[in-house]
Amino acid sequence: MPFIISIILLVVISVAFHFLSPWWLTPIASNWTQIDDTINITFWVTGFVFVVVNLFMAYAIYRFRYQKNRRAKYEPENKKLELWLTGLTSIGVASMLAPGLFVWADFVNVPADAHEVEVIGQQWQWSYRYPGADGLLGAADSALITAENPFGMNADDPNGQDDILVSSQEMHLPLDRPVKVLLRSKDVLHDYAVAQFRVKMDMVPGAVTYLWLTPTLAGTYDILCEELCGFAHFVMRGSVVVEDEASYNTWLASNPTYAQTNARIVGDPAQGQVFYAVCGACHGANGEGNIALNAPRLAGQEDWYLRRQLQYFKTGVRGAHADDIFGQQMAPMAAVLATDAMVSNVAAYIQSLPDTAAPVTVTGNAENGRPVFESTCGICHSASGQGIWAVNAPKLAGMTDWYLVRQLQNFKKGVRGTHQSDEYGFQMNQMVSALKDDEAINDVVAYINTLR
Amino acid sequence: MTSYVPIADQSHVMHDPHTFITKYVWSQDHKVIAIQYGGTAIFVGLIALVLSAMMRLQLGYPDTFSFIDPANYIQFVTMHGMIMVIYLLTALFLGGFGNYLIPLQLGARDMVFPYLNMLSYWFYLLSVLILLASFFVTGGPTGAGWTLYPPQAILRGTPGTDGPGIILMLVSLLVFIMAFTMGGLNYVTTVLQARTHGMTLMRMPLSVWGIFVATILALFAFPALFVSALMMLLDKLLGTSFFMPALASLGQVSEHTGGSPILFQHLFWFFGHPEVYIVALPAFGLVSDVLSTHARKNIFGYRMMVWAIVAIGGLSFIVWAHHMYVSGMNPYFGFFFAFTTLIIAIPTAIKVYNWVLTLWHGNIRMTVPMLFAMGFIFTFIHGGLTGIFLGNVTVDLPLSDTYFVVAHFHMVMGVSPVMVLFAAIYHWYPKITGKMFNVTLGKIHFWATFLGTYAIYLPMHYLGFLGVPRRYFALGSTDFIPDSAMALNANITQAAIFVGVMQLLFIYNIISSLRNGAPAGGNPWESVSLEWQTPDTPPRHGNWGDKLPVVYRWAYEYGVPGVKDDFVPQNVPPEEVVMEPGAGKYVDRSEGHYS
Repeated sequence: MPFIISIILLVVISVAFHFLSPWWLTPIASNWTQIDDTINITFWVTGFVFVVVNLFMAYAIYRFRYQKNRRAKYEPENKKLELWLTGLTSIGVASMLAPGLFVWADFVNVPADAHEVEVIGQQWQWSYRYPGADGLLGAADSALITAENPFGMNADDPNGQDDILVSSQEMHLPLDRPVKVLLRSKDVLHDYAVAQFRVKMDMVPGAVTYLWLTPTLAGTYDILCEELCGFAHFVMRGSVVVEDEASYNTWLASNPTYAQTNARIVGDPAQGQVFYAVCGACHGANGEGNIALNAPRLAGQEDWYLRRQLQYFKTGVRGAHADDIFGQQMAPMAAVLATDAMVSNVAAYIQSLPDTAAPVTVTGNAENGRPVFESTCGICHSASGQGIWAVNAPKLAGMTDWYLVRQLQNFKKGVRGTHQSDEYGFQMNQMVSALKDDEAINDVVAYINTLR
Repeated sequence: MTSYVPIADQSHVMHDPHTFITKYVWSQDHKVIAIQYGGTAIFVGLIALVLSAMMRLQLGYPDTFSFIDPANYIQFVTMHGMIMVIYLLTALFLGGFGNYLIPLQLGARDMVFPYLNMLSYWFYLLSVLILLASFFVTGGPTGAGWTLYPPQAILRGTPGTDGPGIILMLVSLLVFIMAFTMGGLNYVTTVLQARTHGMTLMRMPLSVWGIFVATILALFAFPALFVSALMMLLDKLLGTSFFMPALASLGQVSEHTGGSPILFQHLFWFFGHPEVYIVALPAFGLVSDVLSTHARKNIFGYRMMVWAIVAIGGLSFIVWAHHMYVSGMNPYFGFFFAFTTLIIAIPTAIKVYNWVLTLWHGNIRMTVPMLFAMGFIFTFIHGGLTGIFLGNVTVDLPLSDTYFVVAHFHMVMGVSPVMVLFAAIYHWYPKITGKMFNVTLGKIHFWATFLGTYAIYLPMHYLGFLGVPRRYFALGSTDFIPDSAMALNANITQAAIFVGVMQLLFIYNIISSLRNGAPAGGNPWESVSLEWQTPDTPPRHGNWGDKLPVVYRWAYEYGVPGVKDDFVPQNVPPEEVVMEPGAGKYVDRSEGHYS
């Protein structure tokens, strides 16, 4: 008897849960309402079967519960009944399959007027490529990837020269225009998924896959990687901004073409030296850092990292948090560097400074810090702590240890890495969960100190 | 009569083991090997259960436990999945129940190749030890997910690639497959060659049918996994490029070129989908026997049930790419595989109807195995129906790689087969040990497991609709995922920990009942099939004493009108069946259908 009641209750609870659940498909932002329709059809058909079969089972168990003198009916089979059930089931299955196949036919056939956009996945970041004025994407190949050519562009392909390269986790799409999203991976399998679009597709190294949609609702939506792509899979986040055509074009124009990135002005250390005087007041004439002034060592750090942090300070992505006292001091200082060229020059000068490791000030147990560095930090920052440009991970070895401790604490407390535009900081923000307390932070920094 | 009969009937040709070692360790007796398989499988299953608790702790209470970081979280995910699917479910259904039941239900003295059977277990144990060794090596076990997709499975950035973790995983799989092949050839040959007098194929219990067809599937499917594991091993160790295209890993352009990651996926799922049925078909068979026995009624539509098993087995080889709808394979495959996948729903539905119709007009005894068997019907209906969502290519688009998938396959391939395993263990425990288990503990175990698992997985489907991705260490701040989903995750974790802890009741019950259980007698459930008619309980070496049993009818002769008892064992000659006064002579009415 408890079993019969529990089956009935479970059926009732399941149905009630379905109708009362606050967790359901997110509001749709693409043309794929048909996908939601097929889900609903499937729900009604399967829900009906679920309720009917289970309630029938509960009734059967009640009706034919054990009685001492009862004898089961001897009924090896009932061909007619079995045929009926088979037939009805086939109709039910067809009613779900047929609409699904029609929608799938729409999904595999991209409208002729769709414009193309390329999404590129890598461990554990996104970037994007838009065809330039010619509407064609140039050839690209993972084998061509270098620090200067992170997109792996084929320099000889004329179609690629005007391609617009977006080295950010954020992409934009124009409203109400069908788009064919070409998917490419530099390294391993990834999956481009936007819950509000309903469609998703894996990205496969060595191949170009695709999906298509028409964005129908302006807004900013999360892009998630939904194919396990290594231990940092869960921090592979991007976003897609759907906006009107004019805003889209403005945004598109703000990104450099491939030709422009090639012609980018290389920083001039001699010119940078002039502006470095401001920096040197705190960070030291040789960029060696000054613990008394809470200024970390700069010398030895990669220029791409210095450039980005200076831009972050300038634009308030970093140093704007109320609890980031020292970061706040940097904001006005960075503002002194008014142009991108000035930022590049200073970064170039800093890179020319002598690379001497900062003194050890942090005490911790390096042996305890070693496993977490090897399994987590060292994957992106490299096992030797030298940093890896390809994953936007700066050098750690030989850099100021007390500063590393403070930044890890800031990431942990959300003082750093929580600004919406601090895309790579967000990843650190998540990754520091591998360090549970201050002792763990000291230990891992102590281990980094052994890498100099 | 064929010539093997006199030999099989001569008990003196049995090589009885004499020492403790040959009896219990290097044993060639199928019953001892079954228990070895079962014990080992349950042991690794408990490890996988602990791993799942770790994952749930992280998901329910992120940033709380110092022993879970992003790298070992994904290692837990990987090892949990692989252990549960291969080393627990496959091993327990085929190595455990296959070994125990095939000879006993068919009236054979043992498997036809006892020595090979023994080797099969020791290779299995070796594969388990290699697998578990990966927890103790530098870098720990692989964290590639149980699907082991390349390129990531062998590239830096995935745990277990700096050390030997992934290599140990692949080698363990290779050894497991060798172990299985030795056992599997044995099961098939025994079913085809060693059935006793009168045991026609269409008189075999559905347990044997399920195990037999599943074994054939496995013999065809595992080679695909074998070659893919071997090729990946070569890619990793020798730098070949079977599955590795040109790529730039963490900024380094690799030496690989020309390989195809999607080829691996096809090979993997060519094994992986039949694998679902390698687990499910034995479960279908075992549960049919449990339901029929405790409902005191013949299984409804026996022939249809047999053909459904065969049809599902056949179809299971042409549906594999439904695991790959969003893999980037040619999207036109979607039409074919959605079609075949939804076709398979039809024979599967027939099985469900027939189980329910077996209860109809029965006289249902609410025993512990029966509770688990009926609980299985509920969980399997649920898990089967959600499979229709994912099998339909369009519906799969939003749901693929979300918690809907996790919830679906745990209902259909986790909870459901495990309900059958418990039903089967409680059902055959009296025969295996000669003792009855503690019924009260068994019932508590049932309620905790049945209700607890539903509390875990029902809400999880809705996280999937919402779009919560699977295999995420933490969700971070994601706009479309509300805080209530995080709270729900904590509730799911509480249910999961509860269910996990309650499994200790089961372990305690089966161990303590060995000593304290009441003597069960030879046929406590008043069952028809042959294993309950052995001269000794537990059956001794050789199973049948001096003379092999002779089978006169099918395995479901319950509730025959006019017969005094409500069951007629398979080996009772028609003239010895005791009738009620005035009922006339016993007539085998099943024969009209099942000769």
